[in-house]
Amino acid sequence: MPISFELSKNSVLAREHYNKIALEQMRPVSREADTREHDLPQQWVDFWWNEGRKGSPGDPTAEGDGFVTVCIQAEELCFGDAGLYLRMPTAALGGSAVGAAGTPEQREKFMEPFKSSPHPVWGAMAITEPGAGSDSAAIESTADFDDATQEWVLNGTKIFCTAGDGASQVDGGFVVVWATIDKSAGRGGIKSFVVPANTPGMELVGLEKKMGIRASDTATLRFDDCRVPRENLLGSAEVRGKGKKPSGDKGFKGAMATFDASRPIVAAMAVGVGRASLDFLKEELARQGVTIRYDAAPHELTAIERDVMEMEAELQGARLLTWRSAQMMGQGKPNNLEASMAKAKAGLAVTQITQRAVQILGPLGQSQKLLVEKWMRDAKINDIFEGTQQINQLIVARRILDYSSAMLR
Amino acid sequence: MIGFDPTDEQALIVETVRQFVVNEVRPESRPCDEAHALSKDVLTQAHELGLVANGLPETHGGGGERSALTSCLIAEELAWGDLSLAIGILSPSLLGVPVTDYGTEAQQASLLPTLCSDSFEPGSLAIVEPRFDFNPLAPTTTARKDGDGYVLDGAKCLVPWLDGSGPVLVVASDEGRPQAFVVPRGAKGLTATPERNLGLAGLPTVELALAGVRVPEDARLGGAAGADIAALVDRGRVAMAAAAVGMARASFELARDYAKEREAFGVPIATKQAIAFKLADMAIEIDAARLLAWEAAFLLDEGKPVTREARLASDKARRTVLQVADGAVQVLGGHGYIRDYLPEMHLRNAGGFQSFEAMSLL
Repeated sequence: MPISFELSKNSVLAREHYNKIALEQMRPVSREADTREHDLPQQWVDFWWNEGRKGSPGDPTAEGDGFVTVCIQAEELCFGDAGLYLRMPTAALGGSAVGAAGTPEQREKFMEPFKSSPHPVWGAMAITEPGAGSDSAAIESTADFDDATQEWVLNGTKIFCTAGDGASQVDGGFVVVWATIDKSAGRGGIKSFVVPANTPGMELVGLEKKMGIRASDTATLRFDDCRVPRENLLGSAEVRGKGKKPSGDKGFKGAMATFDASRPIVAAMAVGVGRASLDFLKEELARQGVTIRYDAAPHELTAIERDVMEMEAELQGARLLTWRSAQMMGQGKPNNLEASMAKAKAGLAVTQITQRAVQILGPLGQSQKLLVEKWMRDAKINDIFEGTQQINQLIVARRILDYSSAMLR
Repeated sequence: MIGFDPTDEQALIVETVRQFVVNEVRPESRPCDEAHALSKDVLTQAHELGLVANGLPETHGGGGERSALTSCLIAEELAWGDLSLAIGILSPSLLGVPVTDYGTEAQQASLLPTLCSDSFEPGSLAIVEPRFDFNPLAPTTTARKDGDGYVLDGAKCLVPWLDGSGPVLVVASDEGRPQAFVVPRGAKGLTATPERNLGLAGLPTVELALAGVRVPEDARLGGAAGADIAALVDRGRVAMAAAAVGMARASFELARDYAKEREAFGVPIATKQAIAFKLADMAIEIDAARLLAWEAAFLLDEGKPVTREARLASDKARRTVLQVADGAVQVLGGHGYIRDYLPEMHLRNAGGFQSFEAMSLL
């Protein structure tokens, strides 16, 4: 697609549609959802299930911006409220994993409730463990195959599982769980398994109390001889690096590839939170008679003008990197480098933007009468989940240096 | 629709410029910096590629294919080769763009054909002034109506001054509004003193003293209608943002390649996260700056308001090129500090972008 920064008609419609939802459905309950941390934001969840998930208006047959439009949706909804966005009844990352690594039959089976369930359902992905975060190849949860029953038997503990309450407790949903089927094979032995909600042996142990995105349920799940059918394994059961290389294996690498799709979305989420903060800051400055003079000579700028301009440039830079990675993704081009660039940039830029907004606004930035302090709390997670700042720097560094993970650790 | 791929035609132009840069520009980079002069051969050869003339109007001998975006891509490639040579090569734009956009028919007919002729003819724009509170939109240099002409007084600096016979376009305050005046190099009362600056050592620039310089009434660009200097400043900011991105990319690549070769503690230093992460940050910020410059150029081509975007893009590019060039010197360590290597030159060049106002136009 030739260089262009003009959104397609469908993207413009999507932006307007989700902006309206953000302002009318999310912002009014934003503070309450933040305060009542572990309560289900029923009104929002019902709205999304009954109305929101129908999608935005627009001609689906028209040529559009593809995956960029998905990023625009994420940005607008997180401009509304990032915590509520993560609490939406959707298949979320669980759905991405099934979509990326599952067979057509698996996709059909596990995604069906997200269309036809009479009540809201959630999907989730469980990777992180108490002893393994960024180093996801070091996970210790196990999956053993029981020949007699033709079932996989899962054991272990997963933490920081976003939407893990809904996905594990409400029938129709599922959790995609990463576990090793052969510890001696390292990352080659790691596979992902679909565990339907309320499968015996999967227990919701607790929910985290967090700095921000409090409306989002961040679960600890324990698996104690949790049995799922053979066909709930996503990808091949063959272990890479042992014997012949199996073709079409979508094990660890397949699982990691879902990040190439999810990182642009997380970057877009970050941009949404950053924009909420920056827009408010500019509006408040305007109310006080301060406008930003883009044509002023450098020595004439106030410190605040300088700050705001820098925040705007960094936010737009993050947004454009995000759109680029999404656009490549939509065109089926490898975007591993670009997705990590976008995620690293957006996570850090937005962390700094929301913190700066609090600083500039002084007591207004502190006050819980406003949402600026909340946005600072909400923003920080974007520099941590879906690959920390440092993990994404590492990925970018390996790509630009043409180094393997063994050469640059 | 959102897109990030140059057209086939743009890709071909970029590839052509890149080859030219690798073969002709880069070998002259350090020699020009040391000699405080640009290679005439390179300027002549670059002119044959028609990089500026292609965008000037067909009616006056140009190619008629004006595109800020394409010019943005060209500026990045040239500056990836060498910043001084890039500004020199593109200097005809300093006269060509303002005259195309605002010149009267007579001004266009007298000034544009020379820029589109077979031999290289530089342009020169005097906009910057030697003071910390310089404001391109409120110059202290004045143009006073006097009889059937104007009298110009003031001081300018960082004025590209390549060998040539063409006039210099001087931006001066005309009844409180910035306007541009076509001033012959030999005008009485005009004194050009060669400069030595922190950066851009290869590019001949001068400080201009204007003491009662008298020009006829038709020397005012655009005649009675005048010229939109603010719009030219926007175009200059986008051009210089693209150039900053190009030089930053060159600096980054030197650091990256050096880090992969240089060994310390038995391994290439690029295998150390302290170095690798610095390089990753450089790559990310360069891409972010480039996309902001592209967006501003795209808006220029669409005829949309661009003051905000041009400002944000140029500020971002300025911060980025300084950060990257400094990082490159740091990665090379002592070798980055000596003139056997290019990063020290990149860093000196990068230090001046705040003042490189409209040193190229697109």
